[in-house]
Amino acid sequence: MKRKKHPQAAEWYINHSPSPKAQHNAGIHLRNKRDVAVNEVDGFEALRKRASQIKKHTLTHLDRYLEEFEEKALANGIHVHWAVDGAEMNKHVFRILEQHEVPYIVKSKSMLTEECGLNAYLEKQGMEVYDTDLGERIVQLSHEPPSHIVVPAMHKTREEISEIFHRTMDTEAGNLDARYLTLSARKDLRKRFMEAKAAVTGVNFGVAETGTITICTNEGNADLGVNKAPVQIHCMGIEKLIPRQEDLSVFIRLLARSATGQRITTYTSHYQKPRPGSEMHLILVDNGRSEHLGMPDFWESLKCIRCGACMNTCPVFRSGGGHSYGYSVPGPIGSIIAPARNFEEYDDLPFASSLCGSCSAVCPVKIDIHGQLLKWREVIVDHENVEAKKSIPMKWGSRILSRPGLYRFSGKWARKLLGWFPEMGRRAVKDWTRGRELPQPPKESFREWYLKHKKNKP
Amino acid sequence: MKIGLFVPCYIDQFFPSVGKSTLTILENLGYDVGYPLDQTCCGQPMVNSGFVKEGNRVTQNFRKAFEGYDVVVGPSGSCVHHLLDHAHVGHDPGDPKVHELFSFLYEQQNFPPRLKSFPHNVGLHYSCHALRGLNIASPSEIVEPYFSKIQPILDLIPDMKIVPLDNADECCGFGGTFSVFESAVSIDMGQRRVDDHLKHEARYIISMDSSCLMHMEGIARKRGDKVEFLHLADLVANLWP
Repeated sequence: MKRKKHPQAAEWYINHSPSPKAQHNAGIHLRNKRDVAVNEVDGFEALRKRASQIKKHTLTHLDRYLEEFEEKALANGIHVHWAVDGAEMNKHVFRILEQHEVPYIVKSKSMLTEECGLNAYLEKQGMEVYDTDLGERIVQLSHEPPSHIVVPAMHKTREEISEIFHRTMDTEAGNLDARYLTLSARKDLRKRFMEAKAAVTGVNFGVAETGTITICTNEGNADLGVNKAPVQIHCMGIEKLIPRQEDLSVFIRLLARSATGQRITTYTSHYQKPRPGSEMHLILVDNGRSEHLGMPDFWESLKCIRCGACMNTCPVFRSGGGHSYGYSVPGPIGSIIAPARNFEEYDDLPFASSLCGSCSAVCPVKIDIHGQLLKWREVIVDHENVEAKKSIPMKWGSRILSRPGLYRFSGKWARKLLGWFPEMGRRAVKDWTRGRELPQPPKESFREWYLKHKKNKP
Repeated sequence: MKIGLFVPCYIDQFFPSVGKSTLTILENLGYDVGYPLDQTCCGQPMVNSGFVKEGNRVTQNFRKAFEGYDVVVGPSGSCVHHLLDHAHVGHDPGDPKVHELFSFLYEQQNFPPRLKSFPHNVGLHYSCHALRGLNIASPSEIVEPYFSKIQPILDLIPDMKIVPLDNADECCGFGGTFSVFESAVSIDMGQRRVDDHLKHEARYIISMDSSCLMHMEGIARKRGDKVEFLHLADLVANLWP
């Protein structure tokens, strides 16, 4: 399906989706909880600064830390694979599964596998995939992508979830009890966990000095999969690395507080080596990250720890919904990552922002998100044929506004015309007037008044 | 100190009272104010849409118009933020120091006398660029002791009640050309902001940026909401004793 541009997709969510306020309500709730949780921490701003420094240091020495990480991981008995892109990652996963004649996998949340289209690839090969995060299970059952990276079914109401579960798991029709619905999904998934031959997870942090990985979940679904299945596969973007075990203390304190307002996720699990008799695989994925790291204006977005705080706080995200971005990572951070991977495809996303700056202010690793959004706009205008609807007003605007006489002439006549023919004015800017009135034009501009009433003293 | 009065283009054309009020406030506080007649716009609309060269050409006109002034003051957090942080006016030798009106008064610690009473419920809209761009007050995201550079002025107005809001510093959704190219989202955001003020029974919505006010007022008028919109400069000038 062709990707809709953000303005059209957001317009659909606002005016035609079944529950257009769902993402606002859930998002603002999380943002408010975040505020309470971060205000408990002494020196929270210093912690953000520290996190940013650690990430910057790691990214600027990434080659060294990746080699150290691989060396330690191999010594721990982990099979390490490298994937230059999503296709290679998918092939690695499938090959491992094939070797072990695995009939299906249980998978915990991973935006990387979403980015690389792992589910679709495996299903094409005849492999069944069970997403085990409750939210991801909900969107999987309704054949939709996640609308948020931490809360994948954020756009769904309880009524919709009840209906989906009734249809797919034969739960009681019309039962809206959250506990009942959750337990039903849990019971259904428990069978899959118990018989799973392989578990696939994402990775929150990889620690170079120990060759270990850390996975944070609230449902324990990653642990259930990994600790039961004889084969565990972890897919990790190469930017997820941090140098030392002690650096984790900085990120663990920031991650859950920023994401959901929890002090820590319910499960913060560290995996170092395979259990006796089982196999542990780690796939290190580039998929555009190296090239992204080489972009002087944009590499800092690789500091992201995927907390989703910028989504929760973003009023554009909450209004237009996560699906309106059409990229695996939605919201402000997705809008600066997506164009770094393919700016022709995602040239609308940097414009899907009012540049209010709230994203940069909540970001636990201090990415200048709205600064990068603005910079991407410049790059896109410089490299693309911008549609005339946008470029003509800008070019003419610049011409008029850089010539004082022409500016005054245009302003005067625009006001007069708007006063005489208000309907014509309204129609000329219908994208404004479909939800707003135009300002009522005054008889004289400030300058005209000034010349009449004040002594001229430039 | 001679101050150059900066009246941004849309204020000049559509909200001239805000320019007059700014002039009144500055003159009443004893400043010598000049108004360069060849000023137009700061260049923000183009730059924020990615048209940087086009925007810079407009900023060049700003620089030329204000040549010879050491200090420029304007009643718009957004335009001033653009001039300082994006156009880097102030970096070149000969550039004036540009200020937003209320940040300037705070820096000077030069405040009006006790103003006349304003016995109304008022909703305060901090524009994002004044708030997060110019640090006119603490944004809700940042963990720091609360401060507001306009509080000393609000404290001078007897009987005015600032209503609490659910999301005190959320963006109104104007965003320049965003308001047109992303009109569905922009309108939805604006309705949500106005609704927050209405829910808390604001009779007036006050801001230090006319662009946010123009957008929210447009929404309120379209829906027939009973609430009025006022630039803080107009409020202060109207209440001058």
